[in-house]
Amino acid sequence: MDILQTGQGELIGWHDPDEHRAWVAAHKSRALEDKRTTLREAIARYVPDGAIIACGGFGHIRVSMAAIYEIIRQHKRDLTFCGKTAVHDSDVLIAAGAVCRIEVAYAFGHELRGLSPASRRAVESGRCQVVAEISNAGYQWRFLAAAMGLPFIPTRVMLGTDTLAHSSAKVIEDPFSGKPIALLPACYPDVVLMHVHRCDKYGNCQVDGIAVEDFELARAARRLIITTEEIVDEEMIRSQPWRTLIPYYLVDAVIEAPYGAHPTLMPDRYYFDEDHIGEWLRLSKTDEGAAEYFERYVYSVEDFAEYLELIGGEERLEYLRQVEHLEAPLRAPWLEEKK
Amino acid sequence: MNEDYTPTELLAYVAAGLLEDGKSVFVGTGLPMIAAMLAQRTHAPNLLIIFEAGGIGPQVPVLPISVGDSRTFYRAVAASSMHEVMSAGQAGYVDYGFLGAAQIDPYGNLNTTVIGEWDHPLVRLPGSGGANDIGSFCWRTIIVMRQDKRRFVEHLDFLTTPGYLDGPGARERAGLPTGSGPYRVITQLGLYDFDEDSKRMRLLATHPGVTVDDICANSAFELIIPDQVGTTEPPSPQVRRILREIDPTGMVIGK
Repeated sequence: MDILQTGQGELIGWHDPDEHRAWVAAHKSRALEDKRTTLREAIARYVPDGAIIACGGFGHIRVSMAAIYEIIRQHKRDLTFCGKTAVHDSDVLIAAGAVCRIEVAYAFGHELRGLSPASRRAVESGRCQVVAEISNAGYQWRFLAAAMGLPFIPTRVMLGTDTLAHSSAKVIEDPFSGKPIALLPACYPDVVLMHVHRCDKYGNCQVDGIAVEDFELARAARRLIITTEEIVDEEMIRSQPWRTLIPYYLVDAVIEAPYGAHPTLMPDRYYFDEDHIGEWLRLSKTDEGAAEYFERYVYSVEDFAEYLELIGGEERLEYLRQVEHLEAPLRAPWLEEKK
Repeated sequence: MNEDYTPTELLAYVAAGLLEDGKSVFVGTGLPMIAAMLAQRTHAPNLLIIFEAGGIGPQVPVLPISVGDSRTFYRAVAASSMHEVMSAGQAGYVDYGFLGAAQIDPYGNLNTTVIGEWDHPLVRLPGSGGANDIGSFCWRTIIVMRQDKRRFVEHLDFLTTPGYLDGPGARERAGLPTGSGPYRVITQLGLYDFDEDSKRMRLLATHPGVTVDDICANSAFELIIPDQVGTTEPPSPQVRRILREIDPTGMVIGK
């Protein structure tokens, strides 16, 4: 079959489907086992330097910040990041020097809040390298191909653009319609960090609200670390099995981390902490400021519980709960500036 | 005659007017969200709003900050997934899509990736995000952006999202869905469409107080200027009141 075009972006996270099957057969347990552990252990065990990592959620929605801070705390290095709608997650990881390579669907921006000073500085200075471009749908379909155990998936995105020319996709003539079609290679991240509303000790997970692309991403992951607002009894899972987004055999570690997505949004639980995100955006305008942030909120605290005390504890978290439920008005430094 | 409307209110009003009742639209945060909500509260109550992160048909209570914000699926018909909504787009269910850009060329191709060279960027921008998907799949894309000579360029630094590529038939030759593509461009100066034969951008209307000379002076490429050019209608006090209800804090409209 003729290849009409080959994207020049670096192909990251791809494995031959049989190689992946063999890896799964050897490394992923089908046994119902208690997977509860600590973040310190899970990150030390499953995130080697140089790994390809991805985060569940949507950039600053339902992101496992507890796991991200632990990666920074353990001084992980040379990570490659799957920038599938990456916002706060990639920004802090790049700024902390943990991530030095990224494939970009969306990164270096904070939506309405503006661009990310720290990660933009890193890319423009060459400290962080963009290895490939892709679109949001394109990345999610790379994970879908992996979830299905396929080498690639055909789609109609990116055709005719520089986004495709700098991606890892190829274009062929579709043998059915005769039209050009883009083949997106599967992407199997080495490690995925995901925050969920609840799961049992085996890792059967429920998510409230939009799943974004976590269905696909959880199945594409080689190692899947789950942080959860709460660990629930197995009976709760079994009484409503249709609510399980992620079954246990996909999961490698379960860590109970209430408010583990702060300062990002956890649907139906707590809203963005705009004061905290604002503090990060202000401090991260300089390398010294970013270092000050990490010293204050990551290196000088023992764990995520201590961090939560530092950002205002129960009172602060109750306010964020009220904003999420439309019971209190939103306060945001960037909103004040607009007024 | 009401003259104290803001430029953002005018843009939102013009954008809302392009949306039809009983159709669907992919929206982002900011102005597109305001425009879609205004359309729903005026001429298009049955406009289906879809967010790329999975929110479908929400009754948005207050403006969302993110396209994945819980407000994007508040009292929605579905809190689904990116796969769900992007597949709907690919299969032809999404009529309109809103896009912004740092640069646009005469064929409505967009750059949101980089200013300068890709491997040595002067300014690194966020990249495609969902823009390439929306620009590839939606039947009609509406581009809302600022216009000046650095943004209206003959050649993009990077073609992130497809417009009409290099002219008539180019989208179909590339394999993009037949009959899709850029529909309108709205800037602070005027409203544009695309010439059917050349697929190049054409002035449709200027905003009140803007001349054709202003329009041409703020584009680095040659725009098609027809003999008859209209003037956009400014928002009425009633429309402005609705806009204030939609955005009481001035998050997008400003104070």
